[in-house]
Amino acid sequence: MNRINQKLKEDKKLLSIYFTAGYPNIDDTAIIIQNLEKSGVDMIEIGLPFSDPLADGPTIQASSTQALKNGMTSEVLFDQIKDIRQFVSIPLIIMGYFNPMLQYGIEAFCKKCQEIGIDGLIIPDLPVDVYHSEYKATFEKYELINVFLITPQTSDERIHFIDSVSDGFIYMVSSASTTGAKVGFGNTQTEYFERIANMNLKNPQIVGFGISNNETFTQATKYAKGAIIGSAFVKHVTQNGIDTIDTFVNNIKN
Amino acid sequence: MKKTYNINEKGYYGEFGGAFIPEMLYPNVEELRQNYLKIMAEPSFKEEFHQLLKDYVGRPSPLYFAKRLSEKYNTKVYLKREDLNHTGAHKVNNTIGQILMAKRLGKNRIIAETGAGQHGVATATVCALMGIECIVYMGEIDIARQAPNVARMKMLGAEVRPALSGSRTLKDATNEAIRDWINNPVDTHYIIGSAIGPHPYPDMVTKFQSIISEEIKWQLKEKEGKENPDYVVACIGGGSNAAGTYYHFLDNEAVGIIAVEAAGKGVHSGESAATSALGKEGIIHGCKTLLMQTTDGQITEPYSISAGLDYPGVGPLHSHLYKSGRGEFYSATDDEAMTAGLELCQLEGIIPAIESSHALAIFEHKTFKPDDVVVISLSGRGDKDLQNYIDYFKL
Repeated sequence: MNRINQKLKEDKKLLSIYFTAGYPNIDDTAIIIQNLEKSGVDMIEIGLPFSDPLADGPTIQASSTQALKNGMTSEVLFDQIKDIRQFVSIPLIIMGYFNPMLQYGIEAFCKKCQEIGIDGLIIPDLPVDVYHSEYKATFEKYELINVFLITPQTSDERIHFIDSVSDGFIYMVSSASTTGAKVGFGNTQTEYFERIANMNLKNPQIVGFGISNNETFTQATKYAKGAIIGSAFVKHVTQNGIDTIDTFVNNIKN
Repeated sequence: MKKTYNINEKGYYGEFGGAFIPEMLYPNVEELRQNYLKIMAEPSFKEEFHQLLKDYVGRPSPLYFAKRLSEKYNTKVYLKREDLNHTGAHKVNNTIGQILMAKRLGKNRIIAETGAGQHGVATATVCALMGIECIVYMGEIDIARQAPNVARMKMLGAEVRPALSGSRTLKDATNEAIRDWINNPVDTHYIIGSAIGPHPYPDMVTKFQSIISEEIKWQLKEKEGKENPDYVVACIGGGSNAAGTYYHFLDNEAVGIIAVEAAGKGVHSGESAATSALGKEGIIHGCKTLLMQTTDGQITEPYSISAGLDYPGVGPLHSHLYKSGRGEFYSATDDEAMTAGLELCQLEGIIPAIESSHALAIFEHKTFKPDDVVVISLSGRGDKDLQNYIDYFKL
């Protein structure tokens, strides 16, 4: 069974952390992954940087630009984490935009992910319809779970379609925004979380965007299986380097 | 079924096009996709659109027989005078169409991207006309080098927001506009300025710009007794003036389609925007098309003396015309374009935009027959480029 599905079966709220590969320094990738696991994180999203990250706010944009300047590429990332499964057992997901994967070759990219022990992918600009008709078979051949996003504006009909195509979890974007744009939740979010919770989807939901501390983590996981933190973690690494990752994680989990 | 180069029902031109967008944009783009053809077909929409094109923009734009240019190159050259439109370029055809579309979709906030500022000015103009809030994203570097257009936008009531990310030019202004739309999903319409972006944008922009070729047909009939020229020629950045110039001739293979891209300092100089020659298939700003990128799939920075052609991709229609062989693609260097621009000033008394000068440089690359009828899209006027001309020719 895929590590993601196994993890989702555990009777606890899950904390997933996103970081940008190759940032702040090119060789930090594997160290960050190991430190995150040691700190008690449940799942990791390894951000493959892209020159034009449309769905991201300034924090992740800046980290991506720096990572690319540092020399990060798909090839370099795969090389840095080729032995990662000797050290790390929690689910690992690569999150990146579609064009770099397309240039690497979708089949080759998926094959490489399987060899390394990557469990899933999040590709914000690969729409569910295109995935369903063109790439699903390839992802399944290499036992990769593809994770789709939903937002407060996504229609019920489309959420049901996304649920039917998914086999892991649904990434529930907390508000209509780019990453790191808003912090905290209001009534709109609560209503949206409740609406989704009441839809009885077959896939559990993990909330992302707007989560930065214990309070927002607790709010988000009241309705969902877990929560993802991205911009707040990248900010922490920018300000404090990679040696105090456990402090950051402990503050979230409290 | 008759072969067609037009868009298919799934939003693709051949293998190019589609909508590769984050889920956050899906409701907006889907709303537009479901409604744009219906709205464009409404009699009241058509009436308002054509009325504004006539009374406000000043259409039809003349199809002018360029006698001295024709003599020099020993062929029959007509210039489609988009430079005489209100705001000085073809861009306004699209912004008029899209502002009417936005109103019918109930939107009360407009965003746009701009490079040289021509599309920004055309958008600010129609927003002033309709009394709608307007925010234009423009790269910080472009703001510095296009000061007169920034001032125009401000006078027209628009807010100009600098794009501070990436290379701080058109590509990044487009990214920022898309991010704004993600953050404002309900009340905002994004007026894309070129035949790029996720479906239905390339098709919608092309259809609004198709007034250019619609007029060419009846104007040529009056002058030459036939609707179809032997060639239509246009410059291509993203490709909206080209798309409009080609549109009504796409499926008539007797009409040659010629595209001129910006070669910058030379196609292989490392400072170029000749996307068809240098690009590879990929995803940029929501569509699958040819774009300039590294082997790792990172989008690279183009260069051209012309800010309007300084874009690392081309619209999906043009990728299809290139790949299928339907279009002949050339590229003109900065030097060739500037020389062709000055030549038009001196032979015809018309100062062209540097973008349009690239189309005029076709005569450096192709020889036409004496009885060929060649229609060149003169997409914009050169007032905005005066400083560039001054610097280049040391006037």
